[in-house]
Amino acid sequence: MSDKQTSYWQANLRLILILLVIWFVVPFLGGIVFVEYFNQFYLGGYKLGFWIAQQGSIYLFVVLIFAYAHLMNKLDKRYSDQAADGESD
Amino acid sequence: MDLQTLTYIVVGLTFATYIGIAFWARAGSTKEFYVAGGGVNPVANGMATAADWMSAASFISMAGLIGFSYHGYGGSVFLLGWTGGYVLLAMCLAPYLRAYGKFTVPEFIGDRYYSNTARVVAVLCLLVASITYVIGQMKGIGVAFSRFLELPYEQGLTAGMVVVLIYAVMGGMKGITYTQIAQYVVLITAYTIPAIFISITLTGNPVPQLGLGSTLLADGTHLLQKLDQVVTDLGFQEYTSGPRLSTLNMFFYTMSLMIGTAGLPHVIIRFFTVPSVRDARISAGWALLFIAILYTTAPAVAGMARLNLMTTLEPVPGKYLNYDERPQWFKNWETTGLLKFEDKNDDGKIQYSADKETNEMVKIDNDILVLANPEIAKLPNWVIALVAAGGLAAALSTAAGLLLAISSAISHDLLKGVFMPRISERAELNAGRLAMTFTVLLAGYLGFNPPDFAAGTVALAFGLAASSLFPALMLGIFYKRMNTAGAVAGMLTGISLTLFYVFQHKGIMFIPETAFLGDMPPNWFFGIEPNAIGAAAALFNFAVAIVVCRFTAEPPEKVQQLVDNIRAPAAS
Repeated sequence: MSDKQTSYWQANLRLILILLVIWFVVPFLGGIVFVEYFNQFYLGGYKLGFWIAQQGSIYLFVVLIFAYAHLMNKLDKRYSDQAADGESD
Repeated sequence: MDLQTLTYIVVGLTFATYIGIAFWARAGSTKEFYVAGGGVNPVANGMATAADWMSAASFISMAGLIGFSYHGYGGSVFLLGWTGGYVLLAMCLAPYLRAYGKFTVPEFIGDRYYSNTARVVAVLCLLVASITYVIGQMKGIGVAFSRFLELPYEQGLTAGMVVVLIYAVMGGMKGITYTQIAQYVVLITAYTIPAIFISITLTGNPVPQLGLGSTLLADGTHLLQKLDQVVTDLGFQEYTSGPRLSTLNMFFYTMSLMIGTAGLPHVIIRFFTVPSVRDARISAGWALLFIAILYTTAPAVAGMARLNLMTTLEPVPGKYLNYDERPQWFKNWETTGLLKFEDKNDDGKIQYSADKETNEMVKIDNDILVLANPEIAKLPNWVIALVAAGGLAAALSTAAGLLLAISSAISHDLLKGVFMPRISERAELNAGRLAMTFTVLLAGYLGFNPPDFAAGTVALAFGLAASSLFPALMLGIFYKRMNTAGAVAGMLTGISLTLFYVFQHKGIMFIPETAFLGDMPPNWFFGIEPNAIGAAAALFNFAVAIVVCRFTAEPPEKVQQLVDNIRAPAAS
């Protein structure tokens, strides 16, 4: 695997790791493990922990996927531009 | 026009649309049959995936499961579990499997682990998970017909089979994709309209997601606060808190559903139909967005319909409804057996409570929440007809996706891949159609004679996918050193552990008498229930695979090159 490919893959893994940490922390810690703690706060008529478990996490999942797709498109573009530059040199 | 006629017209129109689409989208090649030619627009694929994914269980049963059986907050396992898997799919599986560019999941496993054994084991895992899943859909079709059109279950099931047979056999993945798009439109409209109306009636807010967090028009208290109070007064668990069994169990349950979602082949293959890797990523986002519309509405339907039902039965605390004054919808659903009242103290009033001794609502089926919702909210007949069409669309679209996953595993992986590698494309396409016909008949047969284990099937399908295919796919992409021995050992470990734990609790093939070790306490593995065991078994799968792999030869250069290729930047 070329250096360029390796650094592309490392960047991808870093991005996945960051997004998966958010994916894990919000529903599993906020909505399940520490739900009672968050339930003392309110969001309108919703207890916050309950809202995270039944609404908020789902919105977050959608945002995470679109964010990943967007950031990876930028990463792809950067690396394919580099590849094109490399060929023209 | 009476409801019956109207329902026939609405359901008839949707079926005619599906068949019309099937004629228009006939498959001419194996590529069209397996992956719709690989040219599906990512937004369209997102919509098709959403319909593929949301089954009769999501549409008819989920809100009731949340509202009744899982006491509100406990139902979060379904909401989180059946959506969160898409994040894993979008980041960890779909783009790389799309980059590989083949037709089926076992095909990737066979090539990545350079072994027909691995491929056949993957086919077996796929067949077990998908067939158990499809039985539930066939039952859903029969039940939806019999409840809405008052047709006998068998006739309803036959009608559903004929429609699926026509469009799945003719169009393969191509026909299925375009019918699923139409089915999504039908099912999401049918789900949201009653939800919007019930939200307006109770809270004045037309957005159910906001309505659930609003105050009631009736007395100005917050809806959820009122609900908590009403249910606890009757001795039930508080609606907005209290885990399902235990926090640890909820954690594992949610995780099992998530990784099961990501590992289910009929979902993964939907991402083989888009033109590029970038499209596969964004398409997963669209899919989840379309799914989220229903999944964020469902908890609102659950809470509001539950409150509506409770206040109908007990309008003022301590003052119960007279049985003779029960509303029309109550009578309608009594005749179907979904609601059952037993006047234990002979006072002619309906006492509903958590105490089994005095509770007089001896049966409230979970499905009643969605099915009776339009009638409880006093909506016009055409909405009820639309809900019927929506329930059928949900069951048909999921059944079709599963049938394609099963038949392509038979014709492409077993026949072309292992037994007759030199078969021509024409012959493989015919074999695919034959396998599809056979699969529809098999699923129909199982729908007519549901085996004892049908009730537990969906949970088992998720557990199996989570514990067998998901780890093998993840390791294949992210761990270059993973080899045949490790992957096969891991898959077999995961699938056996899941089967062992489920069968130990519920009997072999769910025949209760055969629950070996029957004297062990329920949920003996750290209090985790059988439905939630998939995530734990997946951990064992990962561990075994990595240990075995460490002691065996590393994969050949060619395979390591394959892994590099699927990880490469996508062409823009």
